[in-house]
Amino acid sequence: MLNAEKKTSKYNEQLCKYYEQFRVYADRILALSNDSLEKTVNVALALCLVCAVLVSIATVALRPLQGYNKALDMKKNILDVAGLLEEGTDIDKAFAERIESKIVDLKTGDYVDNINVDEYDQRKAAKDPTQNELIPVEKDIASIRQKAKYTKVFLVKNGDQLQSIILPINGYGLWSTMYGFLALEADAQTVQSINLYDQGETPGLGGEVVNPNWRALWKGKKVYSDKGEVALTLVKGGVDSSRPDSVYKVDGLAGATLTSRGVSNLIQYWMGTEGFATYLNKIRKNG
Amino acid sequence: MDKETKKVLFEPLVDNNPITLQVLGVCSALAVTSQMSTSLIMALALTSVTACSSAAISAVREHIPSSIRIIVQMIIIASLVIVVDQLLKAFAFDVSKKLSVFVGLIITNCIVMGRAEAYAMKNPPLQSFVDGIGNGLGYSLILVIVALFRETLGSGKLLGFDVLPLVKNGGWYVPNGMMLLPPSAFFIIGLIIWGFRTWKPKQVEHNEFKIMSIAHGEGGHH
Repeated sequence: MLNAEKKTSKYNEQLCKYYEQFRVYADRILALSNDSLEKTVNVALALCLVCAVLVSIATVALRPLQGYNKALDMKKNILDVAGLLEEGTDIDKAFAERIESKIVDLKTGDYVDNINVDEYDQRKAAKDPTQNELIPVEKDIASIRQKAKYTKVFLVKNGDQLQSIILPINGYGLWSTMYGFLALEADAQTVQSINLYDQGETPGLGGEVVNPNWRALWKGKKVYSDKGEVALTLVKGGVDSSRPDSVYKVDGLAGATLTSRGVSNLIQYWMGTEGFATYLNKIRKNG
Repeated sequence: MDKETKKVLFEPLVDNNPITLQVLGVCSALAVTSQMSTSLIMALALTSVTACSSAAISAVREHIPSSIRIIVQMIIIASLVIVVDQLLKAFAFDVSKKLSVFVGLIITNCIVMGRAEAYAMKNPPLQSFVDGIGNGLGYSLILVIVALFRETLGSGKLLGFDVLPLVKNGGWYVPNGMMLLPPSAFFIIGLIIWGFRTWKPKQVEHNEFKIMSIAHGEGGHH
């Protein structure tokens, strides 16, 4: 006990001595002429040190909150496209109760079980050479250049019954790569909703991909034609609902030809064999 | 509040507005004003950065070696901007998503550096802080005015509420798409400058040279 006390007091003494030395040093430096080399170097070092500590504290202290915000935002997007988001919904709870996250191997269309779904970051994986796949130019209709080999899908279940399948999609519009989710009904054919949550298109024109009225036009549309080809596309000038193929057509965005084309392309890509077609076929077969 | 503080605080609103008179910080005024909510957050972020950086720079102004003066200012400003960016990401996630790179670009906003160099290097911290707030408010005022026109005329909304009912939602207003593009802010800022200078003729700059009229007899008419 006594020994320990002695140790701390010795330690304190040492600290005091260092502090005293620092004070003397600082006073000497502060008294120097501003333009001397020694002062310049010292001021620069001290400033960098203080600023670095400040920035580090802010980043480290706020990181958990930022990560939580990001995850919450993603859950919100998923609930939104699933049609489960209402004013005042408890996002964490609703997500945990209704939505099951899975990872799919795009090539085989099978679920992958040896990867932790919660920790898998698909956007990062798409850029990581060990986890991604470069898309050959002639196949790259969505202009995304690379994609993750494994991708997340989200299943909405009502008890044991599969209600809808939510697929992550992305593709280039006019200015930006748009990221979003497409929700299909359990038949893996009928569109339930689309949510392009991350995009940098022209506000008011291409940016209207987030407009609820436009998004509502997607409900009930079909993805695949009778021959099994991706038929869903955006058209200019309105959809004539009396024609039989109107079920494959969505009204394009006014004044945003290139964004509309981008959305058509990303549907074409992600619903095709390069994308989720294999997986969706398996779902259909297994009921 | 004494007279001097009042002057420092309110002069930048109209009489010495950083955007309309000093013509600084125009770039971000073009970029973020298509919506009122982003403009307000940007204004708040810039005001706090200008005030805090001015105060911090002023506090150490007597020990800043002149050879690395600008770098010292930049480091202080950049650190504060990073802190503000991190705070926004933690507490106002939706807005920070919309502002994306523009918060980071406060570092290069001429108003912040301009005030540091012109005011904070010569005045005590408290006054510099007030000066930063004042100039931030001047910037905010213009941003709010520009956003008011751009959001209402461009998308018929203000802060997310419908102001002018749009044709596509069954109303009567056809939105002006140009208002959503950055060039429209140029026109609006131009009109504001015109308005300010008509109201306060003292702000009109004198011509740097005079256009001479052609003297008689010099042209070759004959």
